[in-house]
Amino acid sequence: MTDEPLLRVSALSKFYGSRIGCENVTFDLWPGEVLAVVGESGSGKTTLLNCLSTRLLPSSGTASYRMRDGQFRELYRMSEAERRFLMRTDWGFVHQNPADGLRMTVSAGANVGERLMAVGDRHYGKIRATAVDWLSRVEIDEDRIDDEPRAFSGGMRQRLQIARNLVTRPRLVFMDEPTGGLDVSVQARLLDLLRGLVTDLGLAAIVVTHDLAVARLLSQRMMVMKDGRVVESGLTDRVLDDPRAPYTQLLVSSILQV
Amino acid sequence: MATPLVVSDVAKSFTMHLRDGIRLPVVAGVSFSIRSGECAVLGGPSGAGKSSILKMLYGNYAVDAGQIIVQHEDGLIDLATASPRTVLAVRRLTIGYVSQFLRTVPRVSALDVVAEPLVERGEDREVARGKARALLAQLNLPEKLWALPPATFSGGEQQRVNIARGFITEHPILLLDEPTASLDASNRDVVIALIAAKKAAGVALLGIFHDHDVREAVADRVIDVTAFAAGKIAA
Repeated sequence: MTDEPLLRVSALSKFYGSRIGCENVTFDLWPGEVLAVVGESGSGKTTLLNCLSTRLLPSSGTASYRMRDGQFRELYRMSEAERRFLMRTDWGFVHQNPADGLRMTVSAGANVGERLMAVGDRHYGKIRATAVDWLSRVEIDEDRIDDEPRAFSGGMRQRLQIARNLVTRPRLVFMDEPTGGLDVSVQARLLDLLRGLVTDLGLAAIVVTHDLAVARLLSQRMMVMKDGRVVESGLTDRVLDDPRAPYTQLLVSSILQV
Repeated sequence: MATPLVVSDVAKSFTMHLRDGIRLPVVAGVSFSIRSGECAVLGGPSGAGKSSILKMLYGNYAVDAGQIIVQHEDGLIDLATASPRTVLAVRRLTIGYVSQFLRTVPRVSALDVVAEPLVERGEDREVARGKARALLAQLNLPEKLWALPPATFSGGEQQRVNIARGFITEHPILLLDEPTASLDASNRDVVIALIAAKKAAGVALLGIFHDHDVREAVADRVIDVTAFAAGKIAA
């Protein structure tokens, strides 16, 4: 295990005019760590995720990322091209709606293969073999490889989106409500799959969710956000079993018992 | 003998913000230490704070005041103030924990639930599964259950999976929260033997056992938690 974080975030804020998106967020993320960001709609968690993944630029604050060569680079000082390259190779972004992260009118195999070509793979046979391998890892039958995701169910689309993101072996994956809108049985399968992949690949991930059960299952650490600010953070089981902030206590006490 | 766990002056209360900020004191002035190769038992009635103390020692509950000094790798760490990342490392390498109830994960087999802590410590998956099989057999869990996720198991079966998961590693400190609560007599004896083996291997054990016979069989001494009643110290 390395002693340096993968991502260092310091005093990150994003304002929309006079409205707060997120304010003064500071944390470090280490390789292999899964951080859950929880809070209700409008708490700023998606704004934070978009700033971290450079899909949005923050109003102030810094975030630096340890590149594969070991050097830290300031994310918001990179050129657009550099950021896009990082996004295509070293990072993944799993959207809540698979249609936002997939190309719906090209085949499943091409959706996975496209990311490989972006990192320089050119050998068709190899790309297809890797695509088949990844489809099986996300439990999609090989005979669906030439189908378009339009013909897939919601759960399958989400699994395909995950395969597309992980095929380049990213070191950091952003996930925005990865199980939102799925049936519970489909959700359980996807969570189990994600849990296994994150452990096997040693990924670092930042998962935005409003579902505390998802946070408990996937993450080791958790940040609770309200009105754009982090109101509590710590080990996931500590935050959930011994919530300290009034808002966290409200969230935890609102979970329905099955 | 080495003393890998020293607790001094630890206090814990809960503040219920949803109930007008009522403060519920749990324990205060908690001080004791555990030596390698001994099994100490937390004694006292329900509600005295025994489980809360165990949970603080595992980083699962926050600590209001005091220190929890743990011998971790080659140094000493104060768990009361350690960063989440340090607590995770302590859990992986130094402190094991058998909880009262198994928290099940959908679709993961009993065998892999048991093997997981070893895999996290870098053990080869097949070697870990081999050890898991041996432990589950020792705890008399029917072999036909091993490949199934434990969610549908009976209370006693789940508890045996939980015990196997806690005992599979060689953590130098092991916390036990009523591991024998839902077991029949023969399986209780297996757990007593497992605890004896841990003691012989130099593990420092701290447990809660309501079962009188088990406590008699394993306890080297009893730490009376009522002495740490929060009201007593404050008064």
